[in-house]
Amino acid sequence: MSNRTEVEVRLNVNGRDYRVRVEPRRTLADTLRDNCGLTGTHLGCEHGVCGACTILADGEPVRACLMFAVQCEGMELRTVEGLADGDRLHPLQQAFWENHGLQCGFCTPGFLMLATGYLEQRPEPDEEELKEMLSSNLCRCTGYQNILKAVKQAAAEMRG
Amino acid sequence: MNYIGSSVLRIEDRPLLTGEGRFAADLSLPDQLQMRVVRSSVAHGRLVEIDTSDALALDGVEAVWTHQDVQDIPPIDFRMAWVDGLEPFRQPILAAGITRYVGEPLAVVLAEDPYLAEDAAELVYVEYEDLQPVVDPYQPEPGEAVETTLVEKGYGDLEEAFEGAAEIVEMELRVGRHTGVPMETRGAQAWYDPLRSVVEMFGAAKVPHHNRAAIASMLGLPLGSVLLREGHVGGGFGIRGELYPEDVLVCLAALRLGRPIRWIEDRKEHLLAANHSRDQVHRIRAAVDRDGWIRGVDDECWVDQGAYLRTHQVTVTELTTSLLPGPYVWPAYRSRAHVMLSNKTPCGTYRAPGRFETTFVRERLIDLISDRLEMDSVGVRRRNLIPADQMPFHREIEALGTEVTYDSGDYHLLLDRTLEFLDYEDLTAALARRRSEGEVVGLGMGFFVEKSGLGPFDGVRVTVDEAGEVVVTTGVASVGQGVETVLAQVCADTLGVEAESVRVRHGQTDEIAYGMGAFASRVTVMSGSATLLAAGQVRERALETASGMLEAAPQDLTIDRGRVFVQGSPDGPSVMLGEVAARLRPGQAEGTPGLTAEGWFEVDHMTYPYGIHCAVVRVDPESGEVTVERFVVAYEIGRAVNPKLVEGQIAGGAAQGIGGALLEDFAYDESGQPLTSSFMDYLMPTVVEVPEVEVLLCEDAPSPLNPLGVKGAGEGGITAAGAAIANAVADALGGSEEVSCLPLSPERVRRIARSLPRP
Ligand code: FES
Ligand code: FES
Repeated sequence: MSNRTEVEVRLNVNGRDYRVRVEPRRTLADTLRDNCGLTGTHLGCEHGVCGACTILADGEPVRACLMFAVQCEGMELRTVEGLADGDRLHPLQQAFWENHGLQCGFCTPGFLMLATGYLEQRPEPDEEELKEMLSSNLCRCTGYQNILKAVKQAAAEMRG
Repeated sequence: MNYIGSSVLRIEDRPLLTGEGRFAADLSLPDQLQMRVVRSSVAHGRLVEIDTSDALALDGVEAVWTHQDVQDIPPIDFRMAWVDGLEPFRQPILAAGITRYVGEPLAVVLAEDPYLAEDAAELVYVEYEDLQPVVDPYQPEPGEAVETTLVEKGYGDLEEAFEGAAEIVEMELRVGRHTGVPMETRGAQAWYDPLRSVVEMFGAAKVPHHNRAAIASMLGLPLGSVLLREGHVGGGFGIRGELYPEDVLVCLAALRLGRPIRWIEDRKEHLLAANHSRDQVHRIRAAVDRDGWIRGVDDECWVDQGAYLRTHQVTVTELTTSLLPGPYVWPAYRSRAHVMLSNKTPCGTYRAPGRFETTFVRERLIDLISDRLEMDSVGVRRRNLIPADQMPFHREIEALGTEVTYDSGDYHLLLDRTLEFLDYEDLTAALARRRSEGEVVGLGMGFFVEKSGLGPFDGVRVTVDEAGEVVVTTGVASVGQGVETVLAQVCADTLGVEAESVRVRHGQTDEIAYGMGAFASRVTVMSGSATLLAAGQVRERALETASGMLEAAPQDLTIDRGRVFVQGSPDGPSVMLGEVAARLRPGQAEGTPGLTAEGWFEVDHMTYPYGIHCAVVRVDPESGEVTVERFVVAYEIGRAVNPKLVEGQIAGGAAQGIGGALLEDFAYDESGQPLTSSFMDYLMPTVVEVPEVEVLLCEDAPSPLNPLGVKGAGEGGITAAGAAIANAVADALGGSEEVSCLPLSPERVRRIARSLPRP
């Protein structure tokens, strides 16, 4: 192995602490995937456009490809792996399933985390707001309408 | 329960929802090396020197290879070949002496870590001697661009058609350079397994069996020494899963270096190196009678194939020339297609290859003819559609080695149903009203014939184990389109089990000997039919065996939810399928042991679904922006195994079609430098650009060619999107003939709008 400098970082992901040694330039996405083994966070572009890597950092949707792991110490990170409650799917996961909101499923974790972060803060969005929010992620399979339907359904359910 | 025809929820979704998917980049092996490709930064150049010494000097860099190191490996062969003698245009796995497009693999670095591999790749110095690039091969000067071959197809007496014509309508049309752009980039991982003496590659897609054979032959290995595995696949669309240089390189490196090799592409590489598609110019002429009858059509076209002929060879051109006539009679027809090389990324197929382009060309032509004759374009279409009583219709043309015979259809009926669905009279009246109020709005239509279910075969094995678990093993691949659910539905209905209890395994070359793969909308048709056959045989065997156990004649028994009992007596004596399987252990029963059967479905001809796309658009003449207000797809599918999944395929295809119609284009400058190498400049639709796609799914013309009656659904969502949107924009702009080029980007539309006389 080369003698590149690595630093130790402590990450809190889905309520669990991970201690990893990474180069300072290592992105959060790569660290989650390769060092923490959380491969549910996907990389579609690595330059902040597609949103496949969206996770929650202190409740806010962020692009994990645009952050470095070293920036995230002390933050509360949430990824798709932490969404379901044991065997019980999160209302968004359930709604994506019921509305055929995924085909290949590659963009799905990003959309799920984006919508989770959004709905937790704004539980009663109107259609235009939802579209605006969802337009920050790309999906190449579904044509989006089923994703929109799923998010609407989940929003209603999450409000209870 | 009847699963076939019902929109059951997908059985494959759960891991994809919980982050447990296993995509190409999700596998990590101990001791693996990372491969990074050094790519050409010039469009055309002689490789004077490739200096790898600085890269090799980095700690953790294991090897750097250039063409010299892989000279013994032949170029990548054609998977489908239609024209002889084109072998010289195949792509080597690393450029040999000359580089021909920006992004061409020149060298590979193998290093301990992906970041390090990238650093090292930047330290590989390449000296080029610039050569003149070809970026626009459409009107080449002699000797400037290479025409690899001319593909010509036709029938009928064209001369006579044109001589007697009342009017000749001519047009030049161009379709931009688009491609599939799946959200998952490519990736492959290979390792040598000494236990079984095989090299395994994970990350295969679409055509694993074919690629296994190709890799084995390129590396000089027996077929049994190569094993391909498909994981989850993040979108296919035609381009993913073809054999690319990188796939061969990871296998070669795994063998030579004795360590697992992992290669994950970044997005820029993907846009520069994975297949492009489309990019055609057509000059088309139609001979027409006063009443709108089209007597004949003569087309000449140029296909910009990019720098090499890849695995598809001239498949797209083949499809272009043979399927251009679409749903119309056209008594005489000819298309002459020049397959041109240029210094751009090589091309392959992209969803509805040849049909997206020709439907745009043909349907724009129909609208132009209607305008010239001052006829309603629906009327002109109706006049020329192939009548239902001429089905099956022989086109007298061959495509992909099989005769083009439209198997079944009632095109006029679909047109009527579409108009009714649209409320055509009301819609056109409403648009006229809006236009009179100053809005720039229009309606456009595109009629198309798709093709699907390409043979020649596919096979499925259905097995019930002693616990009653049903496994369907297929040689086709999954690219995220819902294969598992569809095959489980067919198996469940045929065998008498619950769809949710069926497991479907696909894309593993060691689990079934043959497989054609997932392309050309063939999976439901071919594997669905094979599943029907295999599950039918398993059912027969189960009934026979259970008949001894239940002391009843097999024909009196039935199976429901995995339980075998006498028909009409569900509460009487019964056995579970698992118990039946236990009776078929080796030595206990006659015949092949186990409750298992293989079904092989073979077919000579394709089945031809068809449809109509309609778009309502609003144009902002100042900005040139086009908004798709409504998008309707009427589609004849024969029979829908899972309507919701079919609608999903159509909606997704339509979104890609809208992208191709309005946004997407790989642009190059005059030196052959790509101007679109990230998602900032290769623009794809977001939720804002895609309206709700309204689907009218019809099951009026089942295919006579397969036992399910199905036709493929994978491509019909995209086929006429360019046509319908272009016709709608032209309609909005007062029937402008200038609408002849896709994508209809804001600049283009603004230019056209400005050139029009002010109302
Ligand atoms: S991978 Fe992060 S935005 Fe695309
Ligand atoms: S489901 Fe494939 S990219 Fe969204």
